[in-house]
Amino acid sequence: MSARGFLESTTMGFARALTRAMLSEQTARQRGLLQSLDPRVRVVGLFALVLAVTLSRKITVVAALFAVAIVLALLSRVQLTTLIKRVWLVVLGFTGVIALPAIFVTPGSPVAQLGPAMITEQGLRTATLLILRVETAVTFTTLLILCTPWAHVLKALRALHLPKEAITMLAMTYRYVFLLVETATQMFDSRRSRTVGRLPPAEQRRMAGRTAGVLLSKSMATSEEVYMAMQSRGFRGEVEVLSDFHMTMWDYAGLVLFLLVAAVAVGVGR
Amino acid sequence: MPPLFDLREVSFDYDGVPALRSLSLEISPGERIALLGANGSGKSTLLRLLDGLYPPTQGTISFDGSPLTPEKLASDGFAFAFRRRVALVFQNPDVQLFNPTVFDEVAFAPLQMQWPKDEVMSRVAAALELMRISHLRDRPPYRLSGGEKKRVALASVIVLDPDVLLLDEPTATLDPRSQSELIDLIQQWKGSTKTVISATHQLEIVDDIADRVIVLEAGSVAAQGTPAEILANQELLLRANLVHAHRHSHDGVTHSHPHIHSHAQHRH
Repeated sequence: MSARGFLESTTMGFARALTRAMLSEQTARQRGLLQSLDPRVRVVGLFALVLAVTLSRKITVVAALFAVAIVLALLSRVQLTTLIKRVWLVVLGFTGVIALPAIFVTPGSPVAQLGPAMITEQGLRTATLLILRVETAVTFTTLLILCTPWAHVLKALRALHLPKEAITMLAMTYRYVFLLVETATQMFDSRRSRTVGRLPPAEQRRMAGRTAGVLLSKSMATSEEVYMAMQSRGFRGEVEVLSDFHMTMWDYAGLVLFLLVAAVAVGVGR
Repeated sequence: MPPLFDLREVSFDYDGVPALRSLSLEISPGERIALLGANGSGKSTLLRLLDGLYPPTQGTISFDGSPLTPEKLASDGFAFAFRRRVALVFQNPDVQLFNPTVFDEVAFAPLQMQWPKDEVMSRVAAALELMRISHLRDRPPYRLSGGEKKRVALASVIVLDPDVLLLDEPTATLDPRSQSELIDLIQQWKGSTKTVISATHQLEIVDDIADRVIVLEAGSVAAQGTPAEILANQELLLRANLVHAHRHSHDGVTHSHPHIHSHAQHRH
């Protein structure tokens, strides 16, 4: 166990992730290709490309879509180092573990011998396709998140007629997770300021349990207060929302292009 | 003039713990009232009862001649009219700011009232301008400072132009300049039809924000009067834990006396 303890390290990890989320909003406010498009076009267009990636069975087509993702990233001023560190290496690690057995167990023409195991051409193709698909799909999704402020993603989802209640829950979860992580961090800091040396593991576990309990009761109290604040401003069980997006010719052109690329990819790649 | 709020023998308890006890009170339209009391005296609870968020455990509350009951508030007609006319600003702005952006936050109430889109847009712009937060329009509320959050919380209710403003510790968490600007805003409403009820334990702002002061002590009305009358009653303020003994030395002799600060009266 680290010096800080599992729970505390996890909370700190959350805090770092949220700080990254805040920083990513800076990219979303830069002037770039994706940023210049209506958020609804970004959501629909990138979702269509993700769909095309999952439906394509040819490595060349998925590789072409991966190239499209890179071009989109560059034109949208997203740093490739960000993608390498936050997406490509992470996905390669996770998907690689899943794809590795396919190299050996997929029947087909042998290309190499690794001890008693045989590497097949079909196995290599399957593993490459799987890794490339996940890399490409996650890159498109990350581009959407990096190039669109979270509030606009939610608004775009609302405008696309997703259930308002689901969107509101998503928005409020995102909103209050910041508050809870901040509270948890302050609680840990406060505890550390009054602790000398390292506590025995049993005491650490008791402390973690108590902290979780206090956080839970705080979140319950906050949710009651938030509900009252909503009622006080006229909430009657159904959220009314406003969509102030305007589609221009540029947005329509972008949407058509996204859908065209996705359709061609699906047509050629099947 | 008939009272806007009429509270008769109102009691309220939180799971058996009494917060308000047999409280009777009349509030007229256009009054500026300060609810004064130490922590736990029942100020915030009383504001929530006035906003129809809690029904009294005992007693009755009426608003503009109509009983304020859960049954009444369950009807859309009464609820929309009441919420349009009465607005509460919570002490903790974090519970009030639950939308993704400042614009969404301020637009929330008008949208629930089902106002036309153009009117929502113009009212929101005016409220942001009034609170001098137009530049924060697209910012998420969690990235704002304490003072900015309070301004957004105020804008989110002022946008409805309500007849009654219930303010829970309005100047808490504000820096001196923001405090002064808020007090100026409340002073602008003096003589208007707007009723402003502020809960506070800051004696120094009472004279600026109220014409009538109601002192709460353990959930009951301990006294009421003009700010000058209440602030002059040292015994009452000491008993209600609103002033404290201030100890200091003169020529090596230590002595103590009640200590308050007020813009109107500055005494030691």
